[in-house]
Amino acid sequence: MKWFDYAVPETVDEAAGMLAAHPRALLLAGGTDLLVQLRAGRKETDWVIDIKRVGELNELRYDAARGLTLGAAVPCYRIYQDRAVSQAYPALAEVASLIGGTQIQGRASIGGNLCNAAPSADAVPLLIAMRAQCRIAGPAGARQIAVEDFCTGPGRTVLGPGELLVSLHLPPPAPGSGARYLRFIPRNEMDIAVAGAGVEVVVENGTFRSARIALAAVAPTPLFVREAGDSLAGRPVNPESLAAAAGIARAAARPITDMRGTAEYRRHLCAVLTRRALEAAIQRARETR
Amino acid sequence: MSSKKDPDVSKKPRSAFSRRGFLGGVGVGGGVLGSGLLSPVAEAAPASGPAAVPITLKINGKTQNLTLEPRVTLLDALRNHLDLTGAKRVCDRGTCGACTVILNGRVVYSCTVLAIDAQGKEIQTIEGIAPAGKLHPVSAAFVQHDAQQCGYCTPGFVMAAKGYLDRHAPKSIEDVEKGLGGNLCRCGTYVGVRQAVLEASREMKGGRNA
Ligand SMILES: Cc1cc2nc3c(=O)[nH]c(=O)nc-3n(C[C@H](O)[C@H](O)[C@H](O)COP(=O)(O)OP(=O)(O)OC[C@H]3O[C@@H](n4cnc5c(N)ncnc54)[C@H](O)[C@@H]3O)c2cc1C
Ligand code: FES
Ligand code: FES
Repeated sequence: MKWFDYAVPETVDEAAGMLAAHPRALLLAGGTDLLVQLRAGRKETDWVIDIKRVGELNELRYDAARGLTLGAAVPCYRIYQDRAVSQAYPALAEVASLIGGTQIQGRASIGGNLCNAAPSADAVPLLIAMRAQCRIAGPAGARQIAVEDFCTGPGRTVLGPGELLVSLHLPPPAPGSGARYLRFIPRNEMDIAVAGAGVEVVVENGTFRSARIALAAVAPTPLFVREAGDSLAGRPVNPESLAAAAGIARAAARPITDMRGTAEYRRHLCAVLTRRALEAAIQRARETR
Repeated sequence: MSSKKDPDVSKKPRSAFSRRGFLGGVGVGGGVLGSGLLSPVAEAAPASGPAAVPITLKINGKTQNLTLEPRVTLLDALRNHLDLTGAKRVCDRGTCGACTVILNGRVVYSCTVLAIDAQGKEIQTIEGIAPAGKLHPVSAAFVQHDAQQCGYCTPGFVMAAKGYLDRHAPKSIEDVEKGLGGNLCRCGTYVGVRQAVLEASREMKGGRNA
């Protein structure tokens, strides 16, 4: 690894100030992406800013009225170990225990998963489906955007100079709602998804009130397929509705062919994973109602 | 990917504590300062590096004072600066588990943690799990079940297993696989490893030794 300066800010303002003063600086959360990329020469910097001591980035707070605040640097294990959070957002706890193996989960954050902006990032489709909002701080103050608008390309995000992700916010789970992320992956712990689907449904009396569907690893960014979810609103919960939504998801995918699978195979996976994730989310919605 | 050569021997960069006027009030790790682990030099330095800076690590209960560049990983600090060569360097990119150590009770890949970032935390390595010279139950079970061949992955597996058993009581092979999914063995000793971990679990009364 090339040499770098290392700084440990303790407030969001300090971190943003350092970022602004060192445009080439990179932020370090769990480092499970960053340190690997620095060592491989895929990223270069002479400043590393460790953000793990900033209080707001470590916040993990669930409130039945206001929902979840998930600090950008909170490691995965804290999510699935938190009983209240796992109960309110079981799909989020699942995805946190899906990223890497136990060694990765001891360090890796959901914020880092998002900011790394890999099309295959497992947490992101679920966050999109669950209507997560990103709180961003920077020299021009704070702003908030939806997760589906955060990634702009492989490794690229909307973050401008001096900006950092502070936290993610999930609304409280709606009555009759259920969410689920499913991926297809040859090997569980140490691999990258061939494709993935994250969904959230709200079901009432056998009818979809709403649904949201997003896909992993089939486009340059995690892909929100709004029309697939919208197609379910008002429709009965039955195999035909699910098949139609899965077909829309499949048609929206823009996958590439690589060593993990062909584009055609990935499109097929989109339909299968979307349908199965919907089935699982519906089941969950029934159980938690 | 990086070469397998020691990364610390590359050219020494510039001085450690220059050009930081604007950072006046920023301390190196408040939590650490509070515990009095950092030396006064580090306290005065708002940002550290790129040259070597004083770094204090607590390893197997013992405080170690080192002088390291911020880019040095915990694995290289252990192996190259402290002669703790139990943790192995295999992939050096967070994928094989040979470098597994326990940091504040959580298993981590020491190749993917900066030493400077491990300050103020309890670091446990394979050297520290049998202080009285008696094999740790996990190590003993590995011997019993022939759970190694070349042995290069073994310290990492033992630490991952210990970290897992400190918190969980696996009931099945599937549970064990979940706990050890972050470790690879090129020799394919998985069958023995799984048996060893199940046996060690009985010995450790899984989850109650944390
Ligand atoms: C063995 C292994 C297995 C893995 N398995 C999976 C997997 O199954 N699924 C998966 O999705 N990923 C996986 N990953 C990738 C990685 O672990 C995740 O993406 C992880 O969530 C990244 O989080 P981190 O805290 O380690 O991020 P870091 O590495 O610290 O940061 C990632 C990137 O985001 C930037 N960044 C971090 N925080 C912020 C912030 N607050 N504001 C702005 N920018 C920021 C950093 O500068 C860096 O560019 C795996 C990695 C390894 C090594
Ligand atoms: S050497 Fe650290 S995981 Fe392989
Ligand atoms: S025993 Fe040889 S790598 Fe595992």
